[in-house]
Amino acid sequence: MAEPLLQLSGVHTHIGPYHILHGVDFAVPAGELTMLLGRNGAGKTTTLRTIMGLWQASSGSIRFDGRDITASSTPDIARSGIAYVPEAMGIFTDLTVRENIVLAARSGPVDRNRLDWILGLFPALKRFWNLPAGNLSGGQKQMLAIARAIAEPRRLLLIDEPTKGLAPVMVRSMIEAFKALKAAGETILLVEQNFYAASALGDNVVVMDDGRIVHAGAMRELVEDNAMQQRLLGLSLDAHQ
Amino acid sequence: MSDMAAESSAPTELPRAKTDWLPLFLVPALALLALPFVGSPSTWVTLTLAGLAMGMMIFLMASGLTLVFGLMDIINFGHGVFISLGAYATLIVLGPLAGWAQADSIGLNLALLGLCILCAMAVTGVVGAVFERVIVRPVYGSHLKQILVTMGGLIVTEQAIHAIWGASPIPIPLPQSLRGAFVFGDVVMERYRVVAVVIGLAVFLGMQLLLNRTRLGLLIRAGVENPEMVEALGYRIRRLFVSVFIAGSALAGLGGVMWAFYRQTLTAGMGMEVMVLVFIVIIIGGLGSVGGCFVGSILVALVANYVGFIEPKLALISNILVMALVLIWRPQGLFPVARR
Repeated sequence: MAEPLLQLSGVHTHIGPYHILHGVDFAVPAGELTMLLGRNGAGKTTTLRTIMGLWQASSGSIRFDGRDITASSTPDIARSGIAYVPEAMGIFTDLTVRENIVLAARSGPVDRNRLDWILGLFPALKRFWNLPAGNLSGGQKQMLAIARAIAEPRRLLLIDEPTKGLAPVMVRSMIEAFKALKAAGETILLVEQNFYAASALGDNVVVMDDGRIVHAGAMRELVEDNAMQQRLLGLSLDAHQ
Repeated sequence: MSDMAAESSAPTELPRAKTDWLPLFLVPALALLALPFVGSPSTWVTLTLAGLAMGMMIFLMASGLTLVFGLMDIINFGHGVFISLGAYATLIVLGPLAGWAQADSIGLNLALLGLCILCAMAVTGVVGAVFERVIVRPVYGSHLKQILVTMGGLIVTEQAIHAIWGASPIPIPLPQSLRGAFVFGDVVMERYRVVAVVIGLAVFLGMQLLLNRTRLGLLIRAGVENPEMVEALGYRIRRLFVSVFIAGSALAGLGGVMWAFYRQTLTAGMGMEVMVLVFIVIIIGGLGSVGGCFVGSILVALVANYVGFIEPKLALISNILVMALVLIWRPQGLFPVARR
């Protein structure tokens, strides 16, 4: 396993009176795609939001590229090189597709070659370039959310359930796009419920249950072990295909 | 906008965005509807022009609040005091430059008005920054507390105005060249109202350019819709909030100057007196929508003018009636902003 780019150690998160994360420990190696799996309510979204500083960790530490970002503000965390695609996508529906991408490029104009590459990954966005993003379908909004996250080079992408609610054909397009991102060397932490998609993409896997990490290792091991799938996820890969 | 180096990457033939024109037709439709009831065409033109000018002044006073309301989700009941404060700030300029108001020179008169506006915007901007830091910031996220605390801030600032400038109404002279009216046949248009229309249009166009043609404008529009995502993109929304609050206060100060010269009398409560109208306008327009605020202001002013002429007894409730009808048609206002 490569040197971890992101390292969570003993992270606890409370939301109001509720104790959601109970000492979460895991690492995201640089240049690899790590899947974060688990049932509904396992704490996956809370983990991503805690990394982004949208909810503050009550204890433990989060280190990104050797720097402690546990108490950093969300803008500082984003500026350190982490892009975030929330489960609800966070698209600005009153802004056009173009304006959404312009806004994501903090340092200035979007690089022409990079935009060509992005529109190559998500060609549907070209068609709606100057339309308000609110006019897009769910799948197209998801594409825009990811395109926005990669509008500029980022060191780590946090993506929350990108295939949720999408038609199978759209899920396949999304998988292809993630494969292309992987090939480009992006480091990605991807929350996913669809084990078929997860197994097709992941280098590593972290499984959560009830706010705790119950398994961490190579995705290949989990894919090859039906009993482990049943135990950790309650379903086997066969059931997802 | 030059933010996208790769315009060429976009396709040449694109579907066009649908523009919501319907609310824009309300203003001419209302004007045409009023014509047979008013009777005399010249009176109708006079009422319509006066209504447009009044609409611009309402817009100047309301535009800042719609941004603050829309972006920051702050119910600032203290907005009215910035209108009063802006109005009183004219005294800082009128004191030493009283001669300019009496001079029979349009240049000097307009320069005086411009200086009054700059001074008022500076004063209300600074007080707005303090108001945001001391009064508003501790109550982000709690509407009830915002109403109570900003009302408190309003009372304190009003009393401060009394302490500085006294409790008695203060007359202020309209600059010499802006007195009187232009008369075209039977149509009368006060000169000062023409100035109000020009300034109102300039502010509206400036705000439209800022919001639609600049990165700051994109940030404000995005922040109105989803402030958390703006932060996740790496922008410090808190700074944006403070800037918008200061700009909103400064715009209220500008509106206060225009309102003060229109009334030609200063009272500490003059801002609070128009706040009902201001809230009606931003609700009609759609919270956070500058375009909606603009159309809503003109609509409310025209209705007030027409109804005041046709059936004066109904004038008091005409604005509430307009708001009710608009909200029945479009519950989120004429130009709803996505988040709301």
